[in-house]
Amino acid sequence: MLPRNSHAAHARLLDEVGAVDQVGVEERVAKFTTRSVKKEAKVWGLKTAVSMTDLTTLEGKDTPGKIESLCRKALRPLDDPSVPTVAAVCVYPSMVRFAKAGVGASGVKVASVATAFPSGQTHLRTRLAEVRGAVADGADEIDMVINRGAFLAGEFSRVEDEISAVLEACGACALKVILEVSELETLDNIRKASFLAMGVLRPGDFIKTSTGKTTLNATLSNNQVMIEAIRDFYLDTGIPIGMKPAGGIKTAKQSLHFLIAVKETLGDAWLTKKRYRFGASSLLNDLLRQLEKERTGAYQAPYTFSDASESY
Amino acid sequence: MATQRKTNEARSRLIFGDLWEYDPAPETADPKLKERYDLFIGGKFTRPRSGKYFASINPANERKLADIALAGSADVDLAYAAASRAFVRWGSMPGRERGKYLFRIARLLQDRAREFAVAETLDGGKPIKESRDFDVPMAAAHFFYHAGWADKLEYVAPGRRVVPLGVVGQVIPWNFPLLMLAWKLAPALAMGNCVVLKPAETTSITALKLAEILQDAELPAGVVNFVTGAGEIGAAVMGHPGAAKVAFTGSTEVGKAIMRQLAGTNRKMTMELGGKAANIVFDDAPIDQAVEGIVNGIFFNQGHVCCAGSRLLVQESVADQVISKLKNRIRVLRVGDPLDKNTDLGAINSREQLSTIRRLVASGVREGAVMYQAPCELPERGFYFPPTLFTRVTQSHRIAREEIFGPVLSILTFRTVDEAIEKANNTAFGLSAGVWTDKGSRILRMSTELKAGVVWANTFNRFDPSSPFGGYKESGFGREGGRQGLLDYVGLT
Repeated sequence: MLPRNSHAAHARLLDEVGAVDQVGVEERVAKFTTRSVKKEAKVWGLKTAVSMTDLTTLEGKDTPGKIESLCRKALRPLDDPSVPTVAAVCVYPSMVRFAKAGVGASGVKVASVATAFPSGQTHLRTRLAEVRGAVADGADEIDMVINRGAFLAGEFSRVEDEISAVLEACGACALKVILEVSELETLDNIRKASFLAMGVLRPGDFIKTSTGKTTLNATLSNNQVMIEAIRDFYLDTGIPIGMKPAGGIKTAKQSLHFLIAVKETLGDAWLTKKRYRFGASSLLNDLLRQLEKERTGAYQAPYTFSDASESY
Repeated sequence: MATQRKTNEARSRLIFGDLWEYDPAPETADPKLKERYDLFIGGKFTRPRSGKYFASINPANERKLADIALAGSADVDLAYAAASRAFVRWGSMPGRERGKYLFRIARLLQDRAREFAVAETLDGGKPIKESRDFDVPMAAAHFFYHAGWADKLEYVAPGRRVVPLGVVGQVIPWNFPLLMLAWKLAPALAMGNCVVLKPAETTSITALKLAEILQDAELPAGVVNFVTGAGEIGAAVMGHPGAAKVAFTGSTEVGKAIMRQLAGTNRKMTMELGGKAANIVFDDAPIDQAVEGIVNGIFFNQGHVCCAGSRLLVQESVADQVISKLKNRIRVLRVGDPLDKNTDLGAINSREQLSTIRRLVASGVREGAVMYQAPCELPERGFYFPPTLFTRVTQSHRIAREEIFGPVLSILTFRTVDEAIEKANNTAFGLSAGVWTDKGSRILRMSTELKAGVVWANTFNRFDPSSPFGGYKESGFGREGGRQGLLDYVGLT
C-alpha cells in the first residue's frame, strides 16, 4: 500500500515540472534518426562517442585480470593515435583498486557503481558504506541508484535526502544518479525524478537512465525527456548537469542518434565527456569498426572487432 | 525565486554553434527529367495547339528545369473530348477492374519513389526529407486506399446505388503537387469518373511524370488528361461545359471566382481553400511536445500548407515559457538546399510567393507586432525566408487575419477556454485547428466548438487517406479522403 498522500505528492511535483506526452516525444526523436551524418562529421561523431564512453563491466564473474584487459582497451581503443581514450571504466566497488591500477595516470577515470547496485534495496548506512569504500579505493566517479520504491510512494524528500547523503559520502567524486527508467515506467515520472535528482546535484554531476540490469534501458525517448529536463533546469538555475544514457546502446549509428539529440536539444556545450557519457561495453567495438571503415573505406573482417565485451 | 530565475536566465544560454556541423548530404537519385513536357491528352503526350512552352524553374537556385507546354482553350476542349470518349468504357467497367489499375499506379509510384521525391523537391523547393517521407508515400497511400474502395461501391452509401458522374475538372495547387494530384485523381478514378486536371503553373513536373506511370500502368487512354498552364487555363478547365463536377484546391480568392463562374449551372463542386488555423496551447499541455507541434504546424513545407497552424493561441500563464522554448527550438531548424537530407526548411515556391510573405511580414512590423527571426544564413540565389515568429499580435492585425502561406507564426494569448474558442473561431476561415492539453474532456469540448474541418489534439498536420479533410466557411466545402470523400465523386440513385 502506498501512503495516502502519495498521489498528492506526485500531482504537486508533476504540476511543478510539467507533463510529457509520449507520442509527441517519439515523434520528436524520430526526426533525429533521419539526420544524415557523413564524412568528416561522422568521424567527429564517432571519435566523440569513443571519448564519452564509460567502458563497463558489471558481472559476477569479473576478475582482476578481466579488469586489467578492460583498462588496456580503455586507454588505447584502437592502434591509431587520433582515436581518443574512453572517458572512464565502470566497475563494481570490489574491482575499483584493480581498475585504478590499470588506468594509472592516463586521465581515464574510474567509475564505480555503488549503493547496492542495481536494486538499491538495502539499508542506507550499508549503501553509504559502500560508496565510502569505493571512494577510499580510488574511484573518481560514483554511479548510484535512486530509491525507486520511495519515489513511487511519493516520499520525495527521502529520495532527495538519500541522494544528498551519497553526495556527501562522494566527496570530490563526480556523482551519477541512476533513475532506473524502466522501473519508473512513465515519461512523466522520468521527468519528475530528473528534477528531484538535479535539485540536489552539483554542476558536473550526472543523471543516468538505467543500470542495464532491467528489460528496458536507454532509448532516444527517455534520453530526450532527461536532456530536456537538464536544459530546463539549466536555463532556470544556471547549473549544468550531465547526462549518461546506459544500456541498450550497442551500435555506432545509435550513438550518433543520441549525439544528434544532444546537439539539437542542449547545444554544443554538452558535446563533451564532461557533460555527456555513454554507459556501454559492446558499443566501443562498433565505433572502432566504423572508424576503421571511414579510414580505410572498407569494413574489416567480422573477427577484427568482436561484438562480445569478453573480448576486450 | 522569481527574481533569481530572471538573472539566471540572462546568464545561461544554450549554444547552438558549429562545433559539430553536419557535412552536406545531398540526395543524389536521378529525377529523370525531360527537357520538355507536352500535354497529356488521350493517353499520349501531345504538343499544345499554340506551340508555346513556358519554363519551370527550381526555386532553390532559379535555374530552369524544363519547358512545360502552355495549353490553350482548344487543348482543354480536346482533353474534355478525350475524357468523355474514355468515360463510355471506364464508367461502366466493373469496380474490381478499375481497382487493378489503381493498385498498379500505387505500386509503380512506390517503385520510383526516390526519383519522384527528387523531382518534387527540385520543382517545388520543399525539403527532400518531406517529399521522401511524406509527399510520395502519402500519394501512393491514397492510390492504395482508393483502389481498395473501387470494388466495394455498394458500401459507399448503404441502401443506395452509386454511379459515376462523368468527366471531372480538377485544378490543384503548388504546395503538394503530387499529393494533391493523388487526392484528386484516386477517388475520382475509383468511383468511375474520367479526369481533366491542371497542375499549378510552377509545379507541373511530377504530374507529367505521373502521366508516364499512367502509361506504364496501361490506364485506358483519355481516362486522365493533364493540361498545363496558368490561371486562365485553370478557369477554362473549371468552366468547361463538359465537366460534370469540378474540384479545386487553392486560394479562397480563386475559389470564389470559380464559384461565381459556375453559379446557376448544376455542376457539383468541391472547394478546398485557404486557412488561418488556430493552434491552441492550454496551460496544462505538455509544453515541449506542444512546441514541437507548433513547429510542425507552421514550418512544415515552409508554411505552404492550407491547414498550417499559423495562429498560435497560448494561455497567458504559459505564454512566456512557450515562446522562449519556441525560440530555442527554431534556432536549430536548418534552412537551405532542399535536396540536402538535413534541411528542415527549403525554398519558398516562387518569387511571387516570397514577395507576398515579405509584404505581410512588413505589415506585421508596421502594425506593431514584435518580430523574432531565427539567426540563419540563407543561400544567395533562390527564394528563401527564415522561420519567423510574431509576438504581441492581436486579432485585428493583418498577420492574424490573412493567410500568409509562409514560415511565419503569429502568436496571440488568451485567458479562458471560452476566450480561446471565441478567438479561434473569429476568422473567415475554418479548415483546421489544434488543441494542446492534458485534459481529455477539454479536447472533446474544443472539437465540437471549434468551427474547423479538422481538429488535431496533441498533434498537428497528421493525415491519413481514410480520414476526411476539408473546410468550413471560406475554407471551402466537400471532403477529400475517407468514405465522405467518395461521396463527392458519385451520384446517388
